[in-house]
Amino acid sequence: MEIVVKGFTKHFGDTAVIENMNLTVKDGEMLALLGPSGCGKSTTLFAICGIHKMDAGQVLFGDRDVTHVPAQQRNVGMVFQSYALYPHMTVFQNIAFPLTVRRESKVDIKRKVMEIADLVYIGELLERRPAQLSGGQQQRVSLARALIRRPGVLMLDEPLANLDARLRLEMRSELRRIQQETGIAAILVTHDQVEAMSICDRIAIMDQGKILQIATPAEMYQRPVNSFVAGFLGDPPISFLDGVVRQGILVLQGDADDTIPLPEHISGQPDGKVLRLGVRPEHYQPHFPTKVKGAVVFVEMQGREILFDVKLSNGDLLRSVQAASSQFKLGDTVEWGVDPAQILVFDDHGTRL
Amino acid sequence: MVGHSRNWPVIAGLGLISIPLLVMYIYLFVDTVTDSPAGSVLPNRFTLEHWRFLTEGIEGKGNIWKVTLNTAIFASVTTTVVLLVSSMAGYALSRLNVPMRRYFLAGVLMLHAFPSVTLIIAIFLILQMVGLYNTLIGVILVKSTLELPLGIWIMKGFYDTVPWEIEMAGIVDGASRFRVWRSLVLPQVQPGIVALGVFSFLAGWSEYVLPQVLAPSSNVQVLSVYLASLIADDQHFDFNLFKSVGMFYIIPVIILYIFFQNKLMNIYGGGIKG
Repeated sequence: MEIVVKGFTKHFGDTAVIENMNLTVKDGEMLALLGPSGCGKSTTLFAICGIHKMDAGQVLFGDRDVTHVPAQQRNVGMVFQSYALYPHMTVFQNIAFPLTVRRESKVDIKRKVMEIADLVYIGELLERRPAQLSGGQQQRVSLARALIRRPGVLMLDEPLANLDARLRLEMRSELRRIQQETGIAAILVTHDQVEAMSICDRIAIMDQGKILQIATPAEMYQRPVNSFVAGFLGDPPISFLDGVVRQGILVLQGDADDTIPLPEHISGQPDGKVLRLGVRPEHYQPHFPTKVKGAVVFVEMQGREILFDVKLSNGDLLRSVQAASSQFKLGDTVEWGVDPAQILVFDDHGTRL
Repeated sequence: MVGHSRNWPVIAGLGLISIPLLVMYIYLFVDTVTDSPAGSVLPNRFTLEHWRFLTEGIEGKGNIWKVTLNTAIFASVTTTVVLLVSSMAGYALSRLNVPMRRYFLAGVLMLHAFPSVTLIIAIFLILQMVGLYNTLIGVILVKSTLELPLGIWIMKGFYDTVPWEIEMAGIVDGASRFRVWRSLVLPQVQPGIVALGVFSFLAGWSEYVLPQVLAPSSNVQVLSVYLASLIADDQHFDFNLFKSVGMFYIIPVIILYIFFQNKLMNIYGGGIKG
């Protein structure tokens, strides 16, 4: 089922949290709502599932306009960050609750609960109470409860945020597996870009109540619409260099000695124009042609890779990720190169050129 | 066990302070089954005749079992009303968008702070006007009303600790708001319900002033009023009988305390947030 949000506006008191937002989730797709906390992504989620009323706009589930349909009748499944399991019920009762409310027969309920429990691998936990489960198991129960009614759309509100690092990896791929096996359209709300990039078909990145870009993870990583998106995606993050154009060359701020020729696809920029370059750590390497000189001020060994921070003479930083065999040390003066084809160039409003 | 042995000075101190209370209770019991010669503290004869009132009644007084039944009805109906109203009002005040919530809560608390004795003449007049004077229903209504402020505040405090997500999950799962309250939220505040229930029952059981003033006639008499009339009666002054009836009166209280003392602590553990 395709989910369409049109012209969604939401105010809390006098402040507009979301202004005229449009969003489409395709059938069977997993879409991430990615953004810093307070950007309105959870508000959007609550509006789609009907917990919050919309001040203006429409929500369509397929052909059905559900804008004024109460949450109970929208048939959405939701997984909360805190799992929100009912503590006084067993796992079986938790999962069965949506069906009990609909007064389905005991036999049907039992069969469906068994089916879904097998899908999320909690078949042997059905008699336990939530307090006797680990975080990952609680997450699975919560997922089973959300899926048992075969919802039109699955909402995941920061589902992995409360798990420890290893479980998060495991549950991340589990979420994707279960979503793909059931074929239900899903919306994942998260502030973790790795999570969004690794398991979602498309990402909608939000800031201050607006969707800045909707694209596939690869597209968004390679061609971000602006410097905010570029800065939000990528770990370790992109580094920015500010400067002014002089005869086709960017003179970095603060120090006229440091210059970087503008890449070929950005030509004809007038003198005096303020630009910002974005260089990802994998594009600042010893062998690339456009050399930039600096001193290694920080080295972080990450096992397979080493992360270097290189301070330029004007004080700006460039990051570089290199294989662990790299021999550079803290304090070394280096002259590594930037891959000119991969430089991202933004104007003074942050929009990519 | 290690913790216990460390605390022995505190326990010893508290024990010492409690000795007078303990001695009083022991003597209360001992005197109901013995006779002591005048002027002596030590009993010299075992007897059950002070408990005769259970089977034979007391001359010139109502039937003790009828009075006990009245007390039980008074205490349990009061408890039921308090639980019903507090559990719903507390939820509304904690969760729903009640206009003037702060003023309402402050007003309710003010009612709680009011000494009920100061209201008694007004209540007396009102009950007489509406024809509920000298009825159990009338005094039950008054007692419940006076218990409600505390009950509402306590229940609101318990509801405040239930996470919102549980309710959201219930609504998304298709349950109506009422169903969410009954099946999902109410079980979370069960400790509060139990504590408040025991608390109200004990308050009703021990209430004296309201029944004495508002329902004094013998067919709606409760145990506290009965006991008072016993000691006020100068004709047949029998201290041991008085103690026996008193003992009879506090037995349910002691039993309730033994079973529910941990639950009662919840009232204070649940915490009240404004």
